[in-house]
Amino acid sequence: MVALSSTKAAVPQDDSIIKLAVLAVGGQGGGVLADWITDVAERNGYLAQSTSVAGVAQRTGATIYYVEMCHDAGRRPVFALSPAQGDVDILIAAELMEAGRAIMRGFVTPDRTTLIASSHRIAAVSEKIEPGDGRASSEKVRATAGNASKRFIAFDMEKVAADAGSMISASLFGALAGSGALPFPRESYEETISTSGRGVKASLAAFAGGYEGARGHARDVGAKAEPSGATPVSRSVRGPDRLMRDWQALRARVEVYPETVRDMAGRGLQKVVDYQDIAYGREYLDRLDKAVALDSAAHEYALAVAGAKHLANAMCYDDMIRVSDLKTRSTRDARVRREVEVKNGTILQVTEYFHPRIEEFCGTMPARLGHYIESRPKLAGFLDRRINRGRRIRTDSFTGFAALWFIGGLRRWRRGLLRHKVEMEHLERWYRLALDHVSADYALAVEILNCRRLIKGYSDTHVRAQSKFDRVLSGLDLVKGRDDASDWIRRLREAALKDEKGTMLDGALKTVASLR
Amino acid sequence: MAERSFVKEVEKLRLGAGEEFSGEGILAITKALLQCGVGYVGGYQGAPISHLMDVLADAQEILGELGVHFEASASEATATAMLAASVHYPIRGAATFKSTVGTNVASDALANLASGGVTGGALIIVGEDYGEGSSIMQERSHAFAMKSQVWLLDPRPNLPSIVKAVEDGFELSEVSNTPVMLLVRIRSCHVHGQFVTKDNKRPAMTVAEALDAPRRDTNRIVLPPASFNHEKEKIAKRWPAAVDFIRSRKINEFFGPDEAKVGIVLQGGMYNAVIRALQRMGLADNYGETEVPLYVLNAVYPLVDDEFLRFCEGKDSVLVIEEGQPNYIEQAFGNMLHKAGRGTRIVGKEFLPMAGEYTGQVMFDGISAFLRDGAPHILPVQIRAPNKIDNADEISDLAAIVPGRPPGFCTGCPERPIFAATKLVEQELGQHHIASDIGCHLFSIMPPFELGATTMGYGLGPASASAFNSPDAKRRSISFVGDGGFWHNGLTSSIGNAVFNKNDGVIVIVDNFYSAATGGQDILSSRASNRSKSTKHPITEAVKGMGVKWVRHIERTYDVNKMRDTLREALTTEETGPKVIVASSECMLNRQRREKPLVAKAIKDGERIVKPKFGVDEDICTGDHACMRLSGCPSLSVKSLDDPLRDDPVAHIDQSCVGCGNCGEVADAAVLCPSFYRADVVHNPGRWDRFMETMRRRLIGFMQNRRESRRLTFADI
Repeated sequence: MVALSSTKAAVPQDDSIIKLAVLAVGGQGGGVLADWITDVAERNGYLAQSTSVAGVAQRTGATIYYVEMCHDAGRRPVFALSPAQGDVDILIAAELMEAGRAIMRGFVTPDRTTLIASSHRIAAVSEKIEPGDGRASSEKVRATAGNASKRFIAFDMEKVAADAGSMISASLFGALAGSGALPFPRESYEETISTSGRGVKASLAAFAGGYEGARGHARDVGAKAEPSGATPVSRSVRGPDRLMRDWQALRARVEVYPETVRDMAGRGLQKVVDYQDIAYGREYLDRLDKAVALDSAAHEYALAVAGAKHLANAMCYDDMIRVSDLKTRSTRDARVRREVEVKNGTILQVTEYFHPRIEEFCGTMPARLGHYIESRPKLAGFLDRRINRGRRIRTDSFTGFAALWFIGGLRRWRRGLLRHKVEMEHLERWYRLALDHVSADYALAVEILNCRRLIKGYSDTHVRAQSKFDRVLSGLDLVKGRDDASDWIRRLREAALKDEKGTMLDGALKTVASLR
Repeated sequence: MAERSFVKEVEKLRLGAGEEFSGEGILAITKALLQCGVGYVGGYQGAPISHLMDVLADAQEILGELGVHFEASASEATATAMLAASVHYPIRGAATFKSTVGTNVASDALANLASGGVTGGALIIVGEDYGEGSSIMQERSHAFAMKSQVWLLDPRPNLPSIVKAVEDGFELSEVSNTPVMLLVRIRSCHVHGQFVTKDNKRPAMTVAEALDAPRRDTNRIVLPPASFNHEKEKIAKRWPAAVDFIRSRKINEFFGPDEAKVGIVLQGGMYNAVIRALQRMGLADNYGETEVPLYVLNAVYPLVDDEFLRFCEGKDSVLVIEEGQPNYIEQAFGNMLHKAGRGTRIVGKEFLPMAGEYTGQVMFDGISAFLRDGAPHILPVQIRAPNKIDNADEISDLAAIVPGRPPGFCTGCPERPIFAATKLVEQELGQHHIASDIGCHLFSIMPPFELGATTMGYGLGPASASAFNSPDAKRRSISFVGDGGFWHNGLTSSIGNAVFNKNDGVIVIVDNFYSAATGGQDILSSRASNRSKSTKHPITEAVKGMGVKWVRHIERTYDVNKMRDTLREALTTEETGPKVIVASSECMLNRQRREKPLVAKAIKDGERIVKPKFGVDEDICTGDHACMRLSGCPSLSVKSLDDPLRDDPVAHIDQSCVGCGNCGEVADAAVLCPSFYRADVVHNPGRWDRFMETMRRRLIGFMQNRRESRRLTFADI
């Protein structure tokens, strides 16, 4: 009779069956990995069986591959065709949430399972379509994985593979070898890869990376988290002497702010100056001064920090000038070249997708002229029919580049344009509203500032964002005076970021209305 | 060209007597067919037997050498009707398809075939797509066997047993003049294992020989009075012959001790999972030596009464392990015991779930509950009173975090823009009733598109919208059908029906040049040249031939504007009758497989090649994700910026982007932000390219420098 599962060692001895499951996302090469594992087992004198559910599940969905193996004692064992809860020795998850799924399904247990997971994330569709940040918490999964498994090996195997120019199946295979969970020597794994045919060199490099990662990890469990903290502000500034002197003067104003505010204010200042000019930076600091003056260390300067952040974002609204300016910079050109890995001897062509409408056109007119057109629907409609269509502009060609370069150059007249007028009026209203609340309810004032996060997107999306912003602030009268007023505004804002149309927000507003 | 090529593997089909075959279950079945001297094979692709069709397609040379005819049938009905060749002629034939969807389609032909009976062995290999990972409704093939009175084999899931079942199946069919269904479950189709081969056999009679010497027998044709005789013949002759064969050939197997108080009866396909459960209870070893008697039904229909009653002798209770519902086998055994006046208690669904796959855990729980109830003394103490680790809280926390990951459109899929356009047109004209069909395009029902209300069967999308045809309605119905479904059944059942009944709805035919969801097999309208099949038959011509007047053809689905405008026109035109839009672009999975090596080679050979890729300007993207709500492309994802000023993650396109163009087109059509760009890298540029590049770079560099030297510039990270 065989021993009971609970008494098994991590590396099952003699003729017991080793059970290994791979959870992957379709398209990650889980099938290749399962084949390799079967091959390495057979190469070491083991009998092995692998199964999978191929078919539609392979189209980007979660998939399971399952391998059982056993030392060849001259008889063919009865292998199972799918993993069972509490009965898996090694679980390989090709993505972090798949590790979470494996734990949920009971395939990872603390008495026996070695969990090898790549810590990178592939966002599911449900995570991507939220207007805010819909991504699942990796931390919680990592923490649970540590407790749920006998051994937990996790690092970014996708990056290891990408750096080697290979697929994650190779680095996972390396991590499996490095974990020592199977009683096979490293060379036999490498032989498996070598005899598999295509892309052997890259696969072996990724394998080595995975192997080392799993080895190194034994000393460094769970240390590697997502990058946190930002790089310090103002790496380097260049420009004519006169502008540099003005810049230093502005920086000096930031330096006298309370310590807590300085970093955000510095970033905000850089953003607005980069967006417009020195004078714009001055305006920014003038506005920010008001918040700083009303703030105190007792509140950890939350108001000023929120102000520094959202004022900058509000002042740097996205218009045609901004977009054209960004798209014609040399730094942008360099970044695209880096991202698409343009090598020597190749040529880069870049096509931009624009779709201007009458609104953008009027926004770029002098305020009075723009307003004149906008208030005459027939004229606006006539112009819109000429303007409103998709335009593909090649910024690597001279004419395309020159057109955008010209629009970007309208920057110096921006203050006189219609869009600027509209944006600044909106900004002032919002900012005043927030500051007016400081004395009565400090936390509420901060939350009002934070509502600026809702405004984003272009065209219809922008309109919807504005409407959400207005609807959230419409809750203000309902909650004002309550102790938890700021909490309610925060909740409304978070609800607004959950879906496109603001259905959650409407529900939340109903709840707020029922509070009275 | 199918998704997976078996060109290398099919060489294993040539293995001779006494050699060892090592490979996938599907390939083993193919080899078994050849060893049995099969004369013709047909089928329709679909998981889990797609690969069987692919193997056969890649094995045509070997089949040809043996004089075996192979056909990629138009549907499962066609495949089953093809078995008519075994009615009068002593030719062994096999048909294969996915069950139960295929069995449904085939059931007309199956009923006729079963009625008249067969002379040559007729084997229907059904790939049972049941349980976890299945893409279809959950039903049992068993019911089809019972209602048509054809025999059903369900062998133990290992290669030697499956191969033996193929051999037994042909003989059983011939002995009892009845078609035989061989059921293979999804994982056994893909299981990797070994068996000892025999020599391939040429068919006793080839189809060519049959054609040259035609035979007929009115008694085999389904028409009164012959059909009444068939019904009696099934009971009087064929059934007893089948039972005799199953008993005398020991098709069903017994394991474990002869004497025991309890026993387990199981479908052959459940065997490995049962053994594993017993192993975990300490009642079996790795090799299947068991302390609990097992009666393994490799033939699940018909059942052999005396075999079962003998197994029950001396036993207090017997557990029937029968996956799926209704529990036909359990009912039949209960009836047998009752009629025989036996006291043995028969149990089954009391201990095992009525519905759902019998996974490892279900099996363990069910069998241990049965044994605790009927024979607690044989169980080790850990099983009788287990110490359960309680981590339910942590798990439920995870359930709230871990996102679902249903299958969806692949990177660069040409169907994505069709549904983006549909979503956009609905934003203008309001929500419509949308009928979906079977195929990759059914992923439209998932986020981010969430389009489609029903799916009624392969090729039946437009048919399922046919009731929505009213002169009083202000809106038209929209229905989708794929090219696979169109040729399978849609041309007549959906298009013909719509023309005849003057349906006013909009029909979108998603043409991706392949039967893509089943693995990229060629179909009539495929654009590729196929050595053994006739392709390149335009769908538009077929539709017009059917009588549709309003037909629009979109040759590039990625043109979202055009797609949307055409849909709008179809939904609003005054024209009556069905409005058919054929939206064509090649399946990206297949296209990449085809083009990637060619492009790599061309670049290596110094040819001028332009490779596109999309990107996002992260400082222009505001992180509202509107683009993703119209895409869901795996390569378009979210990324956190290293900037405390920005709260929400921005759009990011990763290296897997194939440059299909959807991002840019959608940004244009939906008037999204201008942060998308397409970067075309020209490999091996010509002299003119290089000259222009130098000039442009110089001029643009000058302009950039001029502006940047007059303003403050902050260095990028």
